[in-house]
Amino acid sequence: MATAEPLGSSDTKAPLLAVQDLTLAFGGVRALSGVGFDVQQGSITAVIGPNGAGKTSLFNTISGFYRPAAGHVRFKGQDITRVPAPLRARMGLGRSFQNIALFRGMTVLDNIKLGRHAHLKTNVFDALLYLGRARREEAELRRDIEERIIDFLEIDHIRHAPVSALSYGLQKRVEMARALAMQPEVLMLDEPVAGMNREETEDMARFILDVRAEWGVTVLMVEHDMGMVMDLSDHVVVLNFGQVIAQGTPAVVQADPEVARAYLGSGDVHELRRKLQAAAVAHQGAS
Amino acid sequence: MRIGTFKESYVADAALFDSRTQRAWLMVAAAALVLLPFVANDYWLYMACLVAINIASSTGLNLLTGYTGLVSLGQAAFMGLGAYTVAILQIRWGTPLLLNLVAGGAVAMLGGIVVGVPSLRVKGLYLAIVTIAATFIAHFLFANFEFTGGTSGLSMSPGRLFGVELDSSFRLYWLIVPLTILMLLGSANLFRTRIGRAFIAIRDRDISAEVLGIPLLRYKLLSFGLSSFYAGVAGGLWAYFFRVITPESFPLSMSIFFLAAIIVGGMGSTLGSILGAAFMTMVPEVLKLVFDLLPASTDLAVLLSPVRLIIFGALIVGFLIFEPLGLAEMWRRTRRFFHLWPFRN
Amino acid sequence: MDWGYLFEVCLTGLAGGGLYALAALAFVLVYKATRVVNLAIGELLMAGGYLFFTFAVMWALPLWLAIPAAVLASGMLGGLIERLVIRPLLGEPPISAFMVTVGLGSILVGLVEIIWSADQRRLPDFMPSKPIMVGDAFLAPKVFWGAVIAAVFIAAVLLVFRYWRGGVALRATASDQAAAYVVGINVPRVFSLSWVVSAMLAAVSGIIVGSIGGISSSMGVFGLSVLVVVIVGGLDSVLGALVAGLIVGLVEGLAAAYLGGEYKLLATFVVLVSILMVRPYGLFGTRDIERL
Repeated sequence: MATAEPLGSSDTKAPLLAVQDLTLAFGGVRALSGVGFDVQQGSITAVIGPNGAGKTSLFNTISGFYRPAAGHVRFKGQDITRVPAPLRARMGLGRSFQNIALFRGMTVLDNIKLGRHAHLKTNVFDALLYLGRARREEAELRRDIEERIIDFLEIDHIRHAPVSALSYGLQKRVEMARALAMQPEVLMLDEPVAGMNREETEDMARFILDVRAEWGVTVLMVEHDMGMVMDLSDHVVVLNFGQVIAQGTPAVVQADPEVARAYLGSGDVHELRRKLQAAAVAHQGAS
Repeated sequence: MRIGTFKESYVADAALFDSRTQRAWLMVAAAALVLLPFVANDYWLYMACLVAINIASSTGLNLLTGYTGLVSLGQAAFMGLGAYTVAILQIRWGTPLLLNLVAGGAVAMLGGIVVGVPSLRVKGLYLAIVTIAATFIAHFLFANFEFTGGTSGLSMSPGRLFGVELDSSFRLYWLIVPLTILMLLGSANLFRTRIGRAFIAIRDRDISAEVLGIPLLRYKLLSFGLSSFYAGVAGGLWAYFFRVITPESFPLSMSIFFLAAIIVGGMGSTLGSILGAAFMTMVPEVLKLVFDLLPASTDLAVLLSPVRLIIFGALIVGFLIFEPLGLAEMWRRTRRFFHLWPFRN
Repeated sequence: MDWGYLFEVCLTGLAGGGLYALAALAFVLVYKATRVVNLAIGELLMAGGYLFFTFAVMWALPLWLAIPAAVLASGMLGGLIERLVIRPLLGEPPISAFMVTVGLGSILVGLVEIIWSADQRRLPDFMPSKPIMVGDAFLAPKVFWGAVIAAVFIAAVLLVFRYWRGGVALRATASDQAAAYVVGINVPRVFSLSWVVSAMLAAVSGIIVGSIGGISSSMGVFGLSVLVVVIVGGLDSVLGALVAGLIVGLVEGLAAAYLGGEYKLLATFVVLVSILMVRPYGLFGTRDIERL
């Protein structure tokens, strides 16, 4: 698998996206409690944690879909906690969804074009007449998407297909394409390789790295695939029961006993770790 | 997909009629529409005008219900608003015809926004119920005010366009059909742009749409306003066509008629609006014919209205259960069959 | 300010509100169980009234037979509707079932007009006719007894919901059909049952309303007020149906008495819009927590 490049000394710069003291509750259920972390520009940050830890709720709060009971979200230095979701998209917060949220009534191409919605200028009068601005904008959009996104994600053969006819892996790729069309500065990927086989996962990992390298996009992802997380991320945040229990570089997080306990339940953590390390060594010896 | 068609530019790929065969058929259709008034008798001219008005209104409703997924039962109310506006302007101030139509559309659109603001904030379902109420309230407004003529309504002299008095179906045809075509084109164009895409996104998954950058309330109101504008213009044409309007001209059953039209024709499809409106307009005519042929025709005449209601309802139920994509889908299936004919698909 | 008159009007309005509450309950039952919005609730009410007319007047059955027969027949109608029209749309987007009820309403009105003609009919009196006096205020006996009957049925439904396993099954099916199946709930049976009971409740309401004001093919307009009641109360709230029913009944009664009968619907509409501006999910509706 491809490896991530280490970051330079960007710790002194202000983070591109910062979450501070975020608390979110649904009735009596606390989805997030005092969650805080930074996302540095140009980094790949992963949010991990057992099921139900609050990862998707975190994403939804950053997207603007949920309003937190307390805390702040800062993007590009601005406090966007009260900014409505569509505006956050316009500011450069792109997003893909855990359970694919493609629009079944449209083709692949239209779904991707929809991602650009917030940046387009066509109003209803232009649209009804389709003479000047609408025609130009659409042609420009089409060219841009074809040359930069469809080519990049290798989905040219399905561009006119209705999305409901596509396989799961292809749908996930179209989701990614739509998120890229949003011209994001921060790309939030919610479980980008869920349900994919090894080959598809490697393709997606390659895309993510290319997106960072060629487009300068900062990636924030929720992921369960530990191999991918450890190989790709510059920074890892671990959530459990709505709280951050550890964060840091992959190596640091991997060694943290709290993290192991969260995933594996209580018990002798050291014993468990010894067993896992032995298994890893045996696996390496075999391959 | 039609074989043998390829495009050499993105603009060409986005065209509405993108193949030589389609353009040829378009020419044929245009020629037919131009020739029709000269070869058709009065009855068919009358029906053609009525079908065109219904197509215009159905297109508006399809925008809202078929493409944006918001069910409305207020089509009659907005057509009524358009019709009354046109009639009042014509009778009291004699303003030019085209201006009246635009005003009719505008008043209906305003009505739409008033109805839409409270009801679109949460569930689309509320819109449906509020539009039913709006139909009754519109009736109340039409029936209880002096300047709308009260319960006896309004009757107006024929409209004048470019100096010609529109007092026959032949003459009205040349106003109604081109306007309807413009409205159809506008609707089709909408879905080549971000506005149309936003509407479909709202129908398919509105909560994700918002996170992707679409302000929901604003676009729902836009869809509803546009749809009401279309209804208002159609209502204005209705007024110029029938020249007599009363509060009873725009009952709830008319809204149901238009809902049936887009369900039967095919929701979310411009072709669907055309097919559905044409079909639904002809159904009562065919019914009348059948009743005339039956032996006890005078006694049965009183049953015409309830049988119509049952048929409208049955069409809605039947098409939703058995052919939810409507006549447009049946048409597409036939076309696909002939694309590959004589090879099996 | 004639306080006595105001008091009378309020009483009448509240009593009428009781009837709204009963019909609203019928609506909420189907919504809670199947998440289907039944726009034809007014027409089901009308069907109940006409079935009673058939049994009591056309077939001249004794009242103690005619009333249950009408209610049961309505129940069967409800079950038939569910099987033929609602069940086939099970996997489709909810908007389809919604529109299907519009078509259904149209069919019912048409059938009524054909079978019984569109003329207004009177239903036989079956309620005590002694005028009811609350202090100095006069309350029409039919209105009073109608409200009492409605209250009895509402209480019965509430008890059933609370203490019967079926009530829980109903709510489970509403929130997640697949999960309900897995747990062993007979989902199709829950669906049928909810429509059958809903139709029966609507029929009771229809019989009472018909007794007060006569039946006609345009009785379905009553359904509009019922729809307003359920929105104001909250689509899935039984308590909301009750409270909102009383509120809407009161407002309509006041509007009719002080402004005129034609203003009733306008007043209802104003109530609807005001509540929607302040509490978009209705007074007691549960706020759907959407998941992205």
